[in-house]
Amino acid sequence: MTIAPDKPNATELVVPEGHVKLVIDGVEVVAPKGELLIRTAERLGTVIPRFCDHPLLEPAGACRQCLVEVEMGGRPMPKPQASCTMTVADGMVVKTQLTSPVADKAQQGVMELLLINHPLDCPICDKGGECPLQNQAIAHGRSDSRFHEHKRTFPKPINISTQVLLDRERCVLCQRCTRFSAQIAGDPFIELLERGAQQQIGVAKEKPFQSYFSGNTIQICPVGALTSAAYRFRARPFDLVSTPSVCEHCSSGCAERTDWRRGKVQRKLAGDDPQVNEEWICDKGRFAFRYATTGDRIKRPLVRDKESGELRESSWTEALQVAAAGLAAARDANGVGVLTGGRLTVEDAYAYSKFARIALHTNDIDFRARPHSAEELEFLSGTTVFTNPDNGVTFQGIEKAPAALLVAFEPEEEAPIVFLRLRKAARKGTKVFHLGQFTTPAVEKTFGTLLACVPGAEANAINALPEHASDVVELLSKPGAVILVGERAAVVPGAFTAVARLAERTGAQVAWIPRRAGERGALAVGATPNLLPGGRHVANAAARLEVERTWGVEEGSLPATPGRDTTGILEAAASGQLSGLVVGGVDPFDLPDPRLAEKALAGAGFIVSLELRPSAVTAHADVVLPIAPAVEKAGSYLNWEGRRREFGTTLEGTGSLPDCRVLDTLAVEMDADLFTQTPAASAADLARLGEGAVTGSSLNVAAPLQSPAGPGKAVLATWHRLIGNGSLQVDEPHLAGTARPVVAKVAEATAQQFGLVTGGYVTVSTDRGAITLPVETDDLPEGVIWLPTNSGDVTVRATLGAGHGSIVSVSGGTS
Amino acid sequence: MFESLKGFGVTFGTMFKKVVTEEYPEVKKVTAPRFHGRHQLNRHPDGLEKCVGCELCAWACPADAIFVEGGDNTEEARYSPGERFGADYQINYLRCIGCGLCIEACPTRSLTMTNEYELADDNRQDLIFTKEDLLAPLLPGMEQPPHPMRLGDNEQDYYVNGPRLAKEAQQ
Repeated sequence: MTIAPDKPNATELVVPEGHVKLVIDGVEVVAPKGELLIRTAERLGTVIPRFCDHPLLEPAGACRQCLVEVEMGGRPMPKPQASCTMTVADGMVVKTQLTSPVADKAQQGVMELLLINHPLDCPICDKGGECPLQNQAIAHGRSDSRFHEHKRTFPKPINISTQVLLDRERCVLCQRCTRFSAQIAGDPFIELLERGAQQQIGVAKEKPFQSYFSGNTIQICPVGALTSAAYRFRARPFDLVSTPSVCEHCSSGCAERTDWRRGKVQRKLAGDDPQVNEEWICDKGRFAFRYATTGDRIKRPLVRDKESGELRESSWTEALQVAAAGLAAARDANGVGVLTGGRLTVEDAYAYSKFARIALHTNDIDFRARPHSAEELEFLSGTTVFTNPDNGVTFQGIEKAPAALLVAFEPEEEAPIVFLRLRKAARKGTKVFHLGQFTTPAVEKTFGTLLACVPGAEANAINALPEHASDVVELLSKPGAVILVGERAAVVPGAFTAVARLAERTGAQVAWIPRRAGERGALAVGATPNLLPGGRHVANAAARLEVERTWGVEEGSLPATPGRDTTGILEAAASGQLSGLVVGGVDPFDLPDPRLAEKALAGAGFIVSLELRPSAVTAHADVVLPIAPAVEKAGSYLNWEGRRREFGTTLEGTGSLPDCRVLDTLAVEMDADLFTQTPAASAADLARLGEGAVTGSSLNVAAPLQSPAGPGKAVLATWHRLIGNGSLQVDEPHLAGTARPVVAKVAEATAQQFGLVTGGYVTVSTDRGAITLPVETDDLPEGVIWLPTNSGDVTVRATLGAGHGSIVSVSGGTS
Repeated sequence: MFESLKGFGVTFGTMFKKVVTEEYPEVKKVTAPRFHGRHQLNRHPDGLEKCVGCELCAWACPADAIFVEGGDNTEEARYSPGERFGADYQINYLRCIGCGLCIEACPTRSLTMTNEYELADDNRQDLIFTKEDLLAPLLPGMEQPPHPMRLGDNEQDYYVNGPRLAKEAQQ
C-alpha cells in the first residue's frame, strides 16, 4: 500500500506478502492482490472516468468508460481493457488516459457513444450541476458530436414507484441501480429489459414493487435517469447548502447530508460512514423530513386560558411562569411524572433527567413511550447501558459474526441499516436466525432461518433452543456470534431472561436495538425510573452522592427510591396519585394502553407539553412549549451500538429552542439550575459526570406457559412498519405511497378455521373495537394472526388496545 | 483684462454648439438597439411560458441577482411545454449590473432584455421584479397559462417547429 518514491531506481519497492508490484503511468506501485486497477490508480491520484463502478457494488464492466491500456509480461493486450473489472497482477504495465493516447481516444469514443442517445435535458434535469456524465463529458469527451441522426426516445418520465421516477432516455445502462437492488437491498425491483438500442431499465412485472432503500438508487445514478418525486425540480446543487447531519429516525444513527435552501430542507442524502451506514440510508431517513415545516407547527408558547379553556398564544415569559408555578404546585401536592418520548438527543434527554431529579424531586421519569416491562428495564439498566462500540456489538461486528440470532426484532422494519449489514454478512456466510412469526422479506433477504413461535412464546422458544435446535446454539457458541434483541421483547415475559441465559451459555454478545433514535441515549443519561446518568442506580447511596456533588446540589437531596415507569406514571396520574405531568414528544397512541393514557391526560392536574405540532397531549396540556426539530438544533444521538453520533445545527437562526434550553429556563423559574442552556453546555455537564460502575443485571423472570387462545380467538402478532403512520412521516405523500400493503396474515389452516380466503377480508376485534382489513396466508404458526401496528387505517393500539401476544377475536369480514 | 474676455469667449462660443442637456423625462432617450435594459420572460406563440426554471440564469449571474425555483407541470396546470416550468422567478434590480450573462445562459431564449431603462424606485421591495412583472405581454393569439399545449403533442414541436405551427394555427 505504499506509493512509489520519486526515484524508483534509488530504492527497490518492498512487496509485502499478498501484494503485487505493477507500473501505472510509469510509476511503480505495490497493490494488494485482488485490487481493481481503477482503485490502484485512484490511490496514485489518477482518476479514471467511470459510471458503473462503485466501491460497494460488485464490478460489472457495463459502461466501458474506464478503458486503459494494459501490458502483461511485456506483451500489450490487443485492445484497451476496462480497469474497473481487471485486478492487479505482478509485472503489469498500465497506461491510463494521462500517458496513453490509445486509452484517451478509447475513452472519448465511449463517451461519444454514450451521448448519442442521451437527450439534451440538462437544463430540466435534476442531476444537472452534479452529474458525473456532465462532468466527465467536459473532462474526457469530444467537444462536438458526429451524430446528426434522430436520438432514440422513450415516453418520460415513468413512475417506478410513487417516489422514484425513471427517465429511460437519460440512462447510460451502467446498472448501478439494478446491482444495488439485487446485491445490497435484495429487492430486485428494477432490471434490464430488451436488447440492443432498445435496452432499458424497467420494473419487473411479476415482483411486487417495493423497496425501503429505493432512494439509494437515485443517489448513485450517475446520470439523471432516476430522480425522486419529492426533490423534483426543487433546486440546483449550487443553490443548496450542504450540512452534515445524523438521521433522527431509527437507532442506527446514519450519517446524512442535509441540503437546504432559504431556511428549508430540500433533500437528504446518505453520508459516507464505513463504520455505521457505509453509503446507504433507508427511504424514511432520506425522504421523511417535512414534518418540521408542516403548516401546523407550534411556533409560540401556548397557555390554556382560564376563562375560555382554550389554548392561546403567549410570551415565553408568561408561559414559563405559568408552567413553573403549576409544576411547583403539583410537585408539592402529589408530585409530577415525566414522559420524555424516545426521540430526544442525548443532551435534551439529560436535561429531562436532571429536571426530574432536581426541579421536580422525583424519579418518576421514563423514556419508553411504547410497551415496556420491568424485566426490560432491569436488562437495560444492568447490561445495555454499559455497552459501547469498544466492548459490545457493532455494525462491523455483525458483518464478521459467524451467526446472528434475532429475537423479537424485524430488522428491515425497525432498523433498516442493521438489516443491510445482516444481509451483507449473510452473503459472506453469516447464518442468520430469526425468532419470529413468519418468513418476512427480511428473513428471505438475509438467507435466514425462521424459528417460528407463537407471539409471547419467544422466551420458551429460546429456552428450548439447546434441546430442539442444538445447531443454532453451536453456531452461537462460536466467537463473535451475536444476539440482537428488538423492542418487542419487552412484551414477552421472560424474553430478556432467556436471552441473557443463552448468551451466558454460548458466549454470544447481546445487543438491544430499539426502534427510535433517542432511546439508547435516554437510557444512558438516566431518563428512567431507576437510573441516574451514567448507569448509576438511584438506590446506590455512593452513586447518588457522586451525582449530587457533581451537580452541586445538597447532599441527600436526590430521591433514593426507584420511580414509576411509563404505565405506572399514567396510572398514578389517572388516579390522582400524581398531580402533574411533563410530556415530551409522546404520541399516546403508541403507548401500551392508549385509553389509560387518555385518562391520565384528562385526569392529571397540570400538564406541560414540549411539542413540535399539535397532538393528543397538547389537547390536554395547560402549557405548551414549542421546541426545535432535529434540523434546527445541535446535539447527538447514541445509536444502538452506544456510538455517539454528533451533529451541528443545520438551519441556524430559526429562533426555535432545543428541549434542554427550554427545561433549563423552566428550572430557573423553579429555582433550580440545570446548566443545560445549550446542547454543548448540556453535553459538558454530562461529561463531568462520567460513567458509573458496571453493575450487571439479575434477571429471573420465568417464561409463562401459553394457554390456548380459545374458540374464535387468535393470538395477535404485530410490529411497526418502517413506513406507516409515524408522526415524523406526515406530509410525505410520495414516501407514503411506497409503504407495504396493509394486510393481515394468517396460516392456511387458521384461515380455513375462521373461514377466511386470500384476497378476502378479516375482522379482528377486542372489547375495545374492531379492524377490518384484507387477509393473506403465510407460514405463521396456527392460531396466530399478524397485523401491522400502525399503518393506514390499521391502528392496533388505538383501536384494539391490544399488542403483540394479545388474544383477539377473529372473524371473516366484508369490505 | 484679456483673461476675462477669454472667459466670456468660452461662454459665447458654447452658445453656438450642440446642446448636450437631455430633456429627460419630457423627452425619452432612444437607446441603442442592443441596450441592456429590463429583462423579459418570453412566451411561445400560444402563450405558454418559455422559461423551464432551469436556473442557468441564476447560475450565470455574477451579482446573484436572480432567484428561480422550478416546478412540475401537471396535466391540470401547464405553464410551459415539457415537464418543468419556472414556478418562482425573481430579479433583484438593486443587484443586477445589466451584464447580460443570464441572456447568454438561457437555453430556451426565454430570458431576453428589453430597452427599458427606467428602473428606479423609492423602496427596495418594488425593485425585486417577480415573474408577473417580467413576463412578456400576451400578444394576439396568446392565451394566459395554465393551459394545455396548443401547438403540438410534446415540447419537441415547440422547439423544433414552433413558428411554423403557430402560423398554421393562425390560418
